[in-house]
Amino acid sequence: MSIDIETASRVAKLARIKVSDDALPALAEEFNNILGFIEQLQEVNVDGIEPMVSVTPMPLPRRVDDVTDGNQQAKVLANAPDAREGFFAVPKVVE
Amino acid sequence: MTDLNKLTIAGARDALRKGDVTSAELTQSCLAAIDGAGALNAFVHNTPDVALDQAKAADARIKSGDAPAMCGIPIGVKDLFCTKGVASQAASKILEGFTPEYESTVTTQLFDAGAVMLGKLNMDEFAMGSSNETSVYGAAINPWRRAGDAAALTPGGSSGGSAAAVAADLCLAATGTDTGGSIRQPAAFTGITGIKPTYGRCSRWGIVAFASSLDQAGPMTKDVRDAAIMLQAMCGHDPKDSTSATLPVPDFEAALTGDIRGKTIGIPREYHMDGMPAEIEALWAEGRRMLQDAGAKIVDISLPHTKYALPTYYVIAPAEASSNLARYDGVRYGYRAALGKGDGITEMYEKTRAEGFGSEVQRRVMVGTYVLSAGFYDAYYNRARKVRSLIKRDFEQAFAQGVDAILTPTTPSAAFGLGEMVDADPVQMYLNDVFTVTVNLAGLPGVSLPAGKDSQGLPLGLQLIGQPWAEADLLNTAFALEQAAGFHDKPQKWW
Repeated sequence: MSIDIETASRVAKLARIKVSDDALPALAEEFNNILGFIEQLQEVNVDGIEPMVSVTPMPLPRRVDDVTDGNQQAKVLANAPDAREGFFAVPKVVE
Repeated sequence: MTDLNKLTIAGARDALRKGDVTSAELTQSCLAAIDGAGALNAFVHNTPDVALDQAKAADARIKSGDAPAMCGIPIGVKDLFCTKGVASQAASKILEGFTPEYESTVTTQLFDAGAVMLGKLNMDEFAMGSSNETSVYGAAINPWRRAGDAAALTPGGSSGGSAAAVAADLCLAATGTDTGGSIRQPAAFTGITGIKPTYGRCSRWGIVAFASSLDQAGPMTKDVRDAAIMLQAMCGHDPKDSTSATLPVPDFEAALTGDIRGKTIGIPREYHMDGMPAEIEALWAEGRRMLQDAGAKIVDISLPHTKYALPTYYVIAPAEASSNLARYDGVRYGYRAALGKGDGITEMYEKTRAEGFGSEVQRRVMVGTYVLSAGFYDAYYNRARKVRSLIKRDFEQAFAQGVDAILTPTTPSAAFGLGEMVDADPVQMYLNDVFTVTVNLAGLPGVSLPAGKDSQGLPLGLQLIGQPWAEADLLNTAFALEQAAGFHDKPQKWW
């Protein structure tokens, strides 16, 4: 398993992290080091083993489907880098 | 009384109840110690006004006779905990300016018990690191130094500020969090005690998420008794965390009898790592002897999948992190990059995350993205979750054979120098967690306590791993080991 520059670029895009073209070769090499380390897992016999879902066996708790929260617009927006007229503001999304 | 900042929680509690000291005096003493310890870079957001108000309220409460154990005790809080109205930025640029409108459950419980917050503590960015060097605030510094050497050492990570602050007596205790060893490794590097409880004991609500299936909060304290007292106040069921246990919380301090006669302690043979320093092996053997002398039965056990714990962790933790950290998009809170003409929302996301996340966080988010991406999910992520099941089964089989607790070293070395690992492969840094990470993967409680020093005078820790929900029993075993080890050394003040 080896990651090329193109794959590194695709992963950066998927993660929504801008990586400049000249930084891609080093990034690909780092990925390869880490994945080389992870590769050891391929030698473990996992036949018939269930992937862990929850480390503590417990059912997911449920509650009555009531509204328990809300009316906190000012608090929700308090930390926004740009909030206008009660909304989060972002650059234009639709052309 | 002088040097009130040097008291333990138990010592301060007893003095407060007797009226020998007030919380205001304790708090002032800690605030003065913090003012004089800028060189340690442990506290990164100081909250003296909050502290003095809380101390005043605590003193009134103590006077009225209603005083839980933590009432009036000045503590530090890791920057990972959201604290209402107080900067909480997980040591990341991307949460610059973030001031939560809410309080984490763990800090709520501590404050309800009367604890006093002195400020927020340094850490690795988003708790990703083992040396505190990934912090946006710069590294916290270990108050310990090698004998005859002024080189700055790491306090460990990710809870490095918490460890440095407790070791240097800037506070009586601190909160930490532990995803792969982030309480226990820094505790070992600074000669203090730290416990990661069973997954589900402490609510994760309001703690900035790193890897949700592994993250647990816990106390970092000057001794085992204090760990028991503070853990008690931090635990309990919380409906706001769906993985929070509904089990009752026992009285941990009452369990500290020091009597471990008849207990069975396992020594896992796979923890004898190639290239492990002789000093660590010797300390481990010494711990084994001390527990045996205290009346425990020692058995050699096997945890055959131990060597796969780190690679498993470095699939699961980045995978969960890549999902958890998707929320930092420059829209709802924290940092947003300056945009160029014509930049749309995708450029906003990409520039914000490139400028806001440090390099280790970017690396892990991208590794996580890769292992979860189409075509690799089964080969990496699902396989890692299966190996995780096997790692947990190893422990279950040991416990089924009658083992009450497992003794291991906490770390493969003493504290290393800041900058020493800069040119190392990231995997070299990950090896710091080799003895601690299994415990998170299996959801078990683990405690580190100082048990000796290396030839350069640096503290070394031993780790005890307990059965699920058996923190009371585990702390009692740690208490017996603490008494036998008799480690009372403190770093020489140079800061």
